[in-house]
Amino acid sequence: MINKKDVEYIANLANLKIDEDDKELFTRQLDDILNYVEKLNELDTEGVVPTAYTVPMKNVLREDRVGLSIPREKALANAPDKKDGQFRVPRIISE
Amino acid sequence: MTTEYEVIIGLEVHVQLATESKIFCDCSTEFGAEPNTHTCPVCLGLPGTLPVLNKKVVDYAIMAGLALNCEISEYSKFDRKNYFYPDLPKAYQISQYDLPLCQNGYIEIETGNGSKKIGITRIHMEEDAGKLVHEGSIDRSTGSLVDYNRTGVPLIEIVSEPDMRSPAEAREYLTQLKKILEYLGVSDCNMEEGSLRCDANVSIRPVGQEEFGTKTELKNMNSFKAVEKALEYEVERQKQVLARGEEVIQETRTWDDSLNKTISMRGKEEAHDYRYFPEPDLVPLEIDAEWVNEIRENLPELPLERKERFISDYGLPAYDAGVLTDSRDLADLFEECVQAYDDPKTVSNWIMGEFLRLVKEAGIEVAESKITGKLLAKMLRLMDDGTISSKIAKTVFEEMFKTGKDPETIVEEKGLKQISDEGKLEEIVDQIILANPNVVEDIKNGKDKAIGFLVGQVMKETRGKANPQLVNKLLREKIK
Amino acid sequence: MELYDLTIHELKDKLASREISVNELLDSFYKRIGGVEEKVKAYVTLTEKEARESAKELKAEFKGKLAGIPLAIKDNLSTEGIKTTCSSRILENYVPPYDATVVSRLKEAGAITLGKTNMDEFAMGSSTENSGFFPTRNPWDLERAPGGSSGGSAAAVAAGEAAGALGSDTGGSIRQPAAFCGVVGLKPTYGLVSRYGLVAFASSLDQIGPITKDVEDAAILLNVIAGHDPMDSTSVKMEIPDYTRFLKEDVQGMKIGLPREYFSMDFAAEVKESVLAGVQRLEEAGAKVEEVNLPSADYALAAYYIIAPAEASSNLARYDGVRYGYRSKKAHDVKEMFTNTRNEGFGDEVKRRIMLGTYALSSGYYDAFYLKAQKVRTMIKEDFDRLFYEYDLLISPTTPTTAFKIGEMTDPLEMYQADIFTVPVNIAGIPAISIPCGFDSNNLPIGLQIMGPHFGEGKIIQAAYTLEQILEIKDRRPELEVSV
Repeated sequence: MINKKDVEYIANLANLKIDEDDKELFTRQLDDILNYVEKLNELDTEGVVPTAYTVPMKNVLREDRVGLSIPREKALANAPDKKDGQFRVPRIISE
Repeated sequence: MTTEYEVIIGLEVHVQLATESKIFCDCSTEFGAEPNTHTCPVCLGLPGTLPVLNKKVVDYAIMAGLALNCEISEYSKFDRKNYFYPDLPKAYQISQYDLPLCQNGYIEIETGNGSKKIGITRIHMEEDAGKLVHEGSIDRSTGSLVDYNRTGVPLIEIVSEPDMRSPAEAREYLTQLKKILEYLGVSDCNMEEGSLRCDANVSIRPVGQEEFGTKTELKNMNSFKAVEKALEYEVERQKQVLARGEEVIQETRTWDDSLNKTISMRGKEEAHDYRYFPEPDLVPLEIDAEWVNEIRENLPELPLERKERFISDYGLPAYDAGVLTDSRDLADLFEECVQAYDDPKTVSNWIMGEFLRLVKEAGIEVAESKITGKLLAKMLRLMDDGTISSKIAKTVFEEMFKTGKDPETIVEEKGLKQISDEGKLEEIVDQIILANPNVVEDIKNGKDKAIGFLVGQVMKETRGKANPQLVNKLLREKIK
Repeated sequence: MELYDLTIHELKDKLASREISVNELLDSFYKRIGGVEEKVKAYVTLTEKEARESAKELKAEFKGKLAGIPLAIKDNLSTEGIKTTCSSRILENYVPPYDATVVSRLKEAGAITLGKTNMDEFAMGSSTENSGFFPTRNPWDLERAPGGSSGGSAAAVAAGEAAGALGSDTGGSIRQPAAFCGVVGLKPTYGLVSRYGLVAFASSLDQIGPITKDVEDAAILLNVIAGHDPMDSTSVKMEIPDYTRFLKEDVQGMKIGLPREYFSMDFAAEVKESVLAGVQRLEEAGAKVEEVNLPSADYALAAYYIIAPAEASSNLARYDGVRYGYRSKKAHDVKEMFTNTRNEGFGDEVKRRIMLGTYALSSGYYDAFYLKAQKVRTMIKEDFDRLFYEYDLLISPTTPTTAFKIGEMTDPLEMYQADIFTVPVNIAGIPAISIPCGFDSNNLPIGLQIMGPHFGEGKIIQAAYTLEQILEIKDRRPELEVSV
């Protein structure tokens, strides 16, 4: 059901890189799983409402009140790269 | 033979809502703070954190929906829009996909051929992203810096139908939309600060053709004028493409304000496969009639309603009412003044005349001026009781505009009080008569109009402070 | 018996009567950890310094429900100032600035954290072999896996390296390792325990729960962690009962269903016999047991392997090297940084599930996979609802086999089958417990699963407690050679 090209497309979407050597194994494993999942089609789900929430709840809201933000040092404490109180990333546009 | 084309424009407008706190956490939404000082584990997208919806965001979005004639959905939910970008901490934006809060509305705009309804497809709620600053220009920089203060500021996205037929109509739509949102108080709609942002979809088709042409999406327009200019440029560009026998390519183009042109972003974008799915960390919204009615009842007066009320309650001409209600602040100023000074037309004249002239000269917003309705009313009463002349009133008004000082204080400080002392004026009148024998002769010979010249001379002598009626009376008495 | 062998309620009594001090207790546990951890490898991070500090602060007041009780915390629960790695290279050095709600609640109750436990990377797995650091070993047989993903927590409790532990359960990650390690594991109803601070794997399935030496301890821990949290929109607002009130040896008249579909599956005979024997003991104690139909159960695993990876693909997108965690050195531009960071930071199973989930949500496949799975989810949930209308509880094995050998399972799909009995519970959002019901011929523990309706934790605890009292195997501990 899934081929190498699909795997490459998804890897790009998910920002993952599958090594050429592993691509076949990955494709086969994903294909196995998807074939197993195929069994869902044995069930007739015509007219069934999909469930996104198992415990029915609605309208969980908070009041519009400002609370405490965290100190900037804490916000940046785990940053791999930072400068002038900001997170630093490499250039956006690739060469 | 050249083909005639019809222009098709649809707009997507993002508006930041004027809540105190962010949409899913309680960090402040204040603009202009030091980078990354309005952040917390939730809006930084730290592992394990969860969103909790701000009620005010829903209230404001419903207000906008009602004011834009939308249906408010009884059942609505949030979805995740997945894409990677450094300014998006969770690598997904919490937005609304297939069940937006408001649908099927419209805005009425004025065009050359009368009024026209522009359809609104939907309004949905979502979170804003952070801000990226490039070290150098975007394509030359070695890196970028990320500030997450803006992350999680609430937005509504207002999507129009492709109902606009010219760049001017698009601009008018934006003007009306902004006016309505400002009246509601749900956003400050400040384009420079990014609280109102607009993307446009534009295509052209030969007149009479049913199906749409290929559209391009325009981004990065930072003012209404830029939107209009970008659309004009793009329409022309598409016409030329077709004239060359080529095809318009569906793509995103960015407006460059300094080059005055749109530039293709092809190849610089990621694949658009957002993999929307229902946000499992938030529960659905069920909005009952009671909730909607409560908001409807408390909806502030909208521009059109207010204009009509100004005509009926204050007896203003339609033109005046239109100008005054063009912005909520201006209309508020007018009404504040009329409360204290019961002559609407005079108030209207001053606001539409002197006030708007000064606002324009100063290049500021109405809200930024120091004039209040009370100050203006006080000044008008000083005119009525003869303390100042109408000429001096303009001087006083300018001073009030600059300093916000009380008109009485200004009159006092600058010695602008009208001279109504007959004895004092008589002296000056006598001097002027002596100095202008020829003019006096003319008057005596029936050239009555010449008296105006003498009045002017007296006014000049008193630097405008003489009571003109009194000067007139004295001159006539003495020359007869 | 040593102090580290005792249950939480036993230790509470000893602490309350001042028979022992908190420091003596910590001495006992850290000594035990020193002796066996090299073999078991249950912990990713030990926090002895912080634990001793907490003990000092405790001295003044001894009131909290868990005052002085040393616990282990799964490393996907956010702990302020203490590394929270999810056993992933990508979070190897991540130190959160905040505590998960459950961690705050444990602290308020006076509990002391001994350390953070190993797990399958981002809770994806059933053996703890997918840890980005090292596998944990089963205290009953060091050649075998402790189960997963909360393998570290279950092994720590079984080996006497913690009095109790917190785990998380998305498709069986509390119950399956509890079964493999011969301890008690409770997965609460979705929404009963706040998820705030639980690093998300699959948000609509994840729940936090206790892993303990007996049912009473599970009730005690649940009392502390259950209840509404304004920071979690999916946390329910309701009156939380005192779960220790259900510690009664009484199943008289209780209606228990045995889903045919479960027992007719192909799985280890010894497991089946042991579970059915347990059921029989309950019947003898007065429960009414009947076979029931749960037709959609067979499809739960398939639905799970769409829903969970789909949500995971989105939840794990934030590990991009920008704000925290690992960043690849090979990062000339942003796209390259994202890709290399994630490629080097994630293990194979995580990548596999992200890929699977991305595929299931991608344009053109959403309806066929994700939407279909969500519809099947409705059917499964309705099947359970229907059964719980008539039956108080359902019973099944927790796992199809006892603990398998480390390295034995190489095929992902085969590994997924380990969750066949536990996954339907998460899909339906209902609560379930796994308790030891016997041992197989290799002296490996067998787990029995009791499932209940939404918020039916009380009944589950009551039945589990009753069976535990009847079986009298709860004091059996693995024999571990202690290194000096």
